[in-house]
Amino acid sequence: MKLLGAGAIAVLLVLPAFLGSYAITLFIFIFFYAFLGQAWNIVGGYAGQLSAGHAAFVGVGAYTAAMLSLHAGLTPWVGMFVGGALSACLGVVIGYLGFRFGLRGFYFVLLTVAFAEICRIVALNTEAVGGALGLYITFTGNPRQFQFQDNRVYYYVALALMLSATGIVAWIERHRFGVYLSAIREDEAASEALGVDTFKYKMLAMAISSFLSGIGGTFYAFYLFSLQPNAVFGIPLSVEIIIRPIVGGAGTLLGPILGSFILSPLGELSRAYFQAAGWSGAHLIVYGALLVGVVLFLPEGAYPFLARWLRRGRSGG
Amino acid sequence: MRGGLTWTIRDPPRAGCAPVTLLEVTGLSKRFGGLQAVSGLSLSLETGDVLGLIGPNGAGKTTAFNLISGFLGPDAGDVRFDGRSMLGLKPHAVCRAGLARTFQIVRPFPHLSVLDNVKVGALGRTPVVAAAADKARAVITQVGLDAKMHAAAGGLTLAERKRLELARALATEPRLLLLDEVMAGLNPTETGAIVELIKRINRSGISILLIEHNMRAVMSLSHRIVVLSFGEKIAEGPPAAVANHPKVIEAYLGDEYVHAPQA
Repeated sequence: MKLLGAGAIAVLLVLPAFLGSYAITLFIFIFFYAFLGQAWNIVGGYAGQLSAGHAAFVGVGAYTAAMLSLHAGLTPWVGMFVGGALSACLGVVIGYLGFRFGLRGFYFVLLTVAFAEICRIVALNTEAVGGALGLYITFTGNPRQFQFQDNRVYYYVALALMLSATGIVAWIERHRFGVYLSAIREDEAASEALGVDTFKYKMLAMAISSFLSGIGGTFYAFYLFSLQPNAVFGIPLSVEIIIRPIVGGAGTLLGPILGSFILSPLGELSRAYFQAAGWSGAHLIVYGALLVGVVLFLPEGAYPFLARWLRRGRSGG
Repeated sequence: MRGGLTWTIRDPPRAGCAPVTLLEVTGLSKRFGGLQAVSGLSLSLETGDVLGLIGPNGAGKTTAFNLISGFLGPDAGDVRFDGRSMLGLKPHAVCRAGLARTFQIVRPFPHLSVLDNVKVGALGRTPVVAAAADKARAVITQVGLDAKMHAAAGGLTLAERKRLELARALATEPRLLLLDEVMAGLNPTETGAIVELIKRINRSGISILLIEHNMRAVMSLSHRIVVLSFGEKIAEGPPAAVANHPKVIEAYLGDEYVHAPQA
């Protein structure tokens, strides 16, 4: 398994030499959404707290880094951590409200969606952050400004983000924190009875998850050069974040990556196809159908299914 | 129950050291709306004791457990464990203090293996996963579940789940174990095995407070028994005395049995 992982990373490292510009863009989206999915996976997958408003953290991170860069001249390389920290603060506030007052299941989903919507509406109506027009970043191609002439650099940055988030989750999985998160997902009261401070560990999961999502926001801003409230705080982005780990296997290390490799190309290609046919937005129907299929036939997601299938193949031959 | 209240009572010998009060419950009360679930309950348990808590359905036994283990806050009264008040502590802190509980309706982590289930308990005493796994394996063997070590807990039989519930609680290294009907739903053979297991656990130095409907089991396990009815303590004493207490017979069988000739 380790060998397979090292091999896969090696392939991804040399791949840009053989890919065209469009394919590289496709991979950037695969890595970026896998990264966001992995960040969500910590609180949504492992701890089982279904946040459906993770766009809020991406947006806060994106706006923070962009504002600091535009008005204070702070390099996004530092701004991304400031944005991550602010997102973590927001995550802690949402987590406190949800966990302290025992909001579970759908109620927690609604709370997180509500916060993302509040962020969106505040950004829409605050002229200081550009209002409905949002923020535009002038392209300079200066690496200090997190801008690169060569698309392949974004490829490597996105790959590094995905790999480091996966490394963090792998670490969590092998330590007490991860065992506790799985126990909390399975049964909170039983976890408490066994000495697990469920509130503390859920808060910690929320903080790490929102911090990473905030860092993702910086990438979003400085890769696309523009930020609109409806795009970065909107429900569609939250859905994009959640759907990959769910399709790939929530609460598994490789689920978000597998989910992103399935969905990002599918989303991109169907978006392009339907747009050309004058049916823009119809790719969401493809998502919906796929989600229904996964829930019906692979309720644990694609990765657990694939892992079982691989194991059976190995022991059979 | 038709043959009257006759049970075999095997009072196990108590360890011969000076009695030290481990658990002291005083004036514990809890009301749910119009229902006084527990009313002024006082009881105490000495180190090494097995104390049985019995009473008809709805007597407030499980509520008393929830109050003692921190899952509910009492309206009045105090719970002192090893001289320290447990009031206001969350369940996880009560567990860390050395007071572990099981649930009447077993609550395994269904998608985790038996080993991982027990590891969660063991991790409360050591942050190192490998050490917790060693501890968990030892406890699983102790409760006789080693054949199922790597099986998912969701696929266990009820008897196995009850053992798992015990193993998880034991892995937290408690000084007092609160057992909520660990024998409910088990057949006589399985019940006998659990009784022996609980006796072994007690002999290893862990005090036990148990709720149990199986009279044969509770009579043979307990040093002392407290009887609850409608939230109040109606009798307390050694098993033999409690079994023949008129108030107990009345609570279980109705007052016409109190004066009926014993079979």
